Amino acid sequence: MRQQPTNETAGLRPKDDAQPPYLYPDYVATRLRAPKKPLIILPKALSDTTGPAYGRQSIGESDSDLTRQHEGEPLGERIIVHGKVLDGDGRPVRNSLVEIWQANAAGRYTHHLDRHHAPLDPNFGGAGRCRTDGEGLYRFVTIKPGAYPWKNHHNAWRPAHIHLSLFGPAYRSRLITQMYFPGDPLFGQDPIFQSVRDPKARERLISSFDLETTEPEWALAYRFDIVLEGRDATPMEDH
Amino acid sequence: MGSATTPSQTIGPFFHDALLDEDRSELVPPDHPQAIRIEGTVYDGTGDPVPDAMVEIWQANSAGRYDDPEDDRKDLPLDKGFAGYGRSDTVNGGEFSFVTLKPGAVPGPGDQPQAPHIMVSVFARGLLRRVVTRIYFPDEEETNSSDPVLSSIDDPELRRTLIAVDEGGVLLFDIRLQGDNQTAFFEFSDE
Repeated sequence: MRQQPTNETAGLRPKDDAQPPYLYPDYVATRLRAPKKPLIILPKALSDTTGPAYGRQSIGESDSDLTRQHEGEPLGERIIVHGKVLDGDGRPVRNSLVEIWQANAAGRYTHHLDRHHAPLDPNFGGAGRCRTDGEGLYRFVTIKPGAYPWKNHHNAWRPAHIHLSLFGPAYRSRLITQMYFPGDPLFGQDPIFQSVRDPKARERLISSFDLETTEPEWALAYRFDIVLEGRDATPMEDH
Repeated sequence: MGSATTPSQTIGPFFHDALLDEDRSELVPPDHPQAIRIEGTVYDGTGDPVPDAMVEIWQANSAGRYDDPEDDRKDLPLDKGFAGYGRSDTVNGGEFSFVTLKPGAVPGPGDQPQAPHIMVSVFARGLLRRVVTRIYFPDEEETNSSDPVLSSIDDPELRRTLIAVDEGGVLLFDIRLQGDNQTAFFEFSDE
């Protein structure tokens, strides 16, 4: 059954039903940061059908391999994370920057404000970037991030995830999201994951185990395809 | 049939190393003869500064042309070295800043002219998806009054939240996520 967000004023329900509402009270930080006035409808114009070609910046060879950015190898399970980026019109998003960041295998970010009592890994920074190729494909080598506690509610833990930042063809297609791993037992109690109310949309945040891309004796692989809003239309599901 | 887009998720508090590993808030050097400085603070619903947001801007160059092949108005010059895109964090007490150029006017819906403006997105912990707003300029009273987007906002107080305030040559643009004086935020229409 599809659940509707209950505490959202009408003008703030996302037009795109795959998107989370601003206010999702179970995620406590939304309570004081979610806008409450109805959104102003912005008619399509060059201001938002254009977008930054930010992917032009140079990308180093080790930027997409987070296991090779330091002197030694990081601890944890080495994985390949890859996928295809499509725009809303079904076209591959080519030569476009993908930026990622994540916790280490123990569930700790290198960030100075992360106070989780888990070890830092001197061989893991947790930040990477790459550009999609001519077919919209991207690929990272990293280690599987650990789950970590946060103070949202009693005994709250975030399911393991990797943050991704994408541009797409236009300013309106800009997306920051999180990729999760299949079968995580923490999905049910995570309000950030659950804030996406459409279960089918929520499933699109979960990568799939990809045996074919796995490299024997070296790394497991997960596939995470991404669909961005296009210049012309909100993409719809195929049936 | 539902939308097939990938859902947004919050940027969280730990994005700095990946997204702001170098300063991206100066779109032109501060000593550029036409440089303008924009400063503001992001506030939450209690009026407290938001110290862990990322503010992004996207704009046309001073001739009103976007650095994107989608803007094919070849009669307008491209400005080599001006990409029109910037990022700022808000670490110190919720403040962000940009050094940039004032954009030229750009066509709007139905080729109706729009007043010069900068597109703004704010990402933060507690924002499950970005908020989108615009910076308009205080010295453009006439063009602002005929701007199709500003004119579509009935509430004059809400409209005023989109116009920067000139304070001794610095343009102030505070972003209030919630509350009586909340900033006007946009939703992209498919039309």
